[in-house]
Amino acid sequence: MKILVAIKRVVDYNIKVGIKGDGSNVDIDGVKMSANPFDENAIEQAIRLKEQGKADEVVAVSIGSSANQDVLRHALAMGVDRALLVEHETEVQSLEVAKLLQAVADKEQPDLILLGKQAVDDDAGQAGQMLAALLDYPQGTFASELDIENGEAIVTREIDGGTETVALQLPAVVTADLRLNDPRFVKLPNLMQARKKPIENLSASELVTDLTPRLSLINVAEPPQRKAGIKVDSVDALLQQLRTKEGIAL
Amino acid sequence: MSTLVLAEHNGQQLHNEVRHAVSAAQHWGQPVHLLVVGYQSEQIAKQAATVDGVTEVLHANAPQFEHPLAEDVSKLIDTLVTDYEVVMAAHTSFSRNVLPRVAAVAGVAMISDVLAIHPDNRYVRAIYAGNVHTTVQSRDAKQILTVRGSKFTAAELNGQAEITAVSVPEPFTKTRWISESRIESDRPALNSAKVVVSGGRSLGSAEKFDALLNPLAEKLGAALGATRAAVDAGYAPNEIQVGQTGVTVAPELYFAVGVSGAVQHTAGMKDSRIVVAINQDPDAPIFQVADYGLVADLFDAVPSLTNALS
Repeated sequence: MKILVAIKRVVDYNIKVGIKGDGSNVDIDGVKMSANPFDENAIEQAIRLKEQGKADEVVAVSIGSSANQDVLRHALAMGVDRALLVEHETEVQSLEVAKLLQAVADKEQPDLILLGKQAVDDDAGQAGQMLAALLDYPQGTFASELDIENGEAIVTREIDGGTETVALQLPAVVTADLRLNDPRFVKLPNLMQARKKPIENLSASELVTDLTPRLSLINVAEPPQRKAGIKVDSVDALLQQLRTKEGIAL
Repeated sequence: MSTLVLAEHNGQQLHNEVRHAVSAAQHWGQPVHLLVVGYQSEQIAKQAATVDGVTEVLHANAPQFEHPLAEDVSKLIDTLVTDYEVVMAAHTSFSRNVLPRVAAVAGVAMISDVLAIHPDNRYVRAIYAGNVHTTVQSRDAKQILTVRGSKFTAAELNGQAEITAVSVPEPFTKTRWISESRIESDRPALNSAKVVVSGGRSLGSAEKFDALLNPLAEKLGAALGATRAAVDAGYAPNEIQVGQTGVTVAPELYFAVGVSGAVQHTAGMKDSRIVVAINQDPDAPIFQVADYGLVADLFDAVPSLTNALS
């Protein structure tokens, strides 16, 4: 069984992004970039399935400029077998990402496609579902458990107020939630070895002709901030404020 | 042209978020149709017909919708989509699962978790875990979006829409529903509760979390929430996690008990009307976003608060 894992390169989740002075976009010049955390869960799960003998090959793919080689090297160091870079210099939005991944899936013919449930930069959370729809595959989104049994992916999904378990006939698309696993730390020797491994380049425009973003960015802004209120010194004082000042019946 | 709103329900009750989505749908000034998908769901369709501003309820009733799968629901919407300029829903895990599939097949972008709708198909949405708001404009002929319920008022329930049965495509056989596990509770649902009591890691254990917060939530008729740290420490189930990787809430009154105020958590509760923080550490960041801060040992303060409410 072959697994394809898609990885987005995003601003490291530990970094609070700033906004450009003219509000035209977020300012990410010189900011540390990393693999999208949810995609790391996807990589980890793919490697675990290989270690369990349930998968034979894990292929990582990322879309973007040559800078994306760093997240692919990270995936190689974690243990994926091969890496593909779909080269494209400008931003691609969810639908175009899904179309590019569909084209890669047509070439690679994976049995399972794994990706994060959303990217921590645009928080759209659409690419996996869109990809599944374009391929007419079953989907298991927001997965907190994933196993392969008898040619099916058994997925436990995080839903509002609980979980749901579904069985997906392969090939299928699964999107990873944070609870799926704890991604392994990459050891330095593995990172050194990964530097020597080849990364195959594909041209985005050869895979999909129209990659124009459909959503135009008008501006970005700071969200309205909450301000600190007052400190009260006792439970009674707190209740009095809530009852009299805020008019809450307690 | 009309606007189609996908309705969510639990088999017994139409979810409150549907009413918020319907009021957001009024932006386009076109007739609003509500799509109810279910099995033996006549009762839900009747509830949907009472939502103000809905002109027609489309009722898709079929066995495969007893546990609706994204694959089946999106196939159904694909058959309806040409009649609509706008297809939308509240931003719940159900619609987040379904609508991107619809958008992909229709070949249009989707706009997720919209906070505000402006003329000319401009939308405000949060990016970077709510740290930045962005305005985007869609250039597509068809608009497919989910809206954050708490940002739009709830439509009233005085309506009398017509209910129309719609035909349902063949089931998608490659996905099999196996089981579901939901927390059964008499309390209000976390994402629509008027009062929320959330606990953080300072509660110290699952036993103390329950023993301290349950009675308070009971007295307040509140939903119980937890921080990511409390969930990761095993004090509370993941389903009640409030924050960037959990549920976004915007109640009238939010109690943060033993919550430090990590960005991950505040991203999920900062739209609450009044925030009360109880924490022993006077420097905890939660006090920077709280309307009322009580610096106290929560093991004393919470029981005395619970008692004072008697």
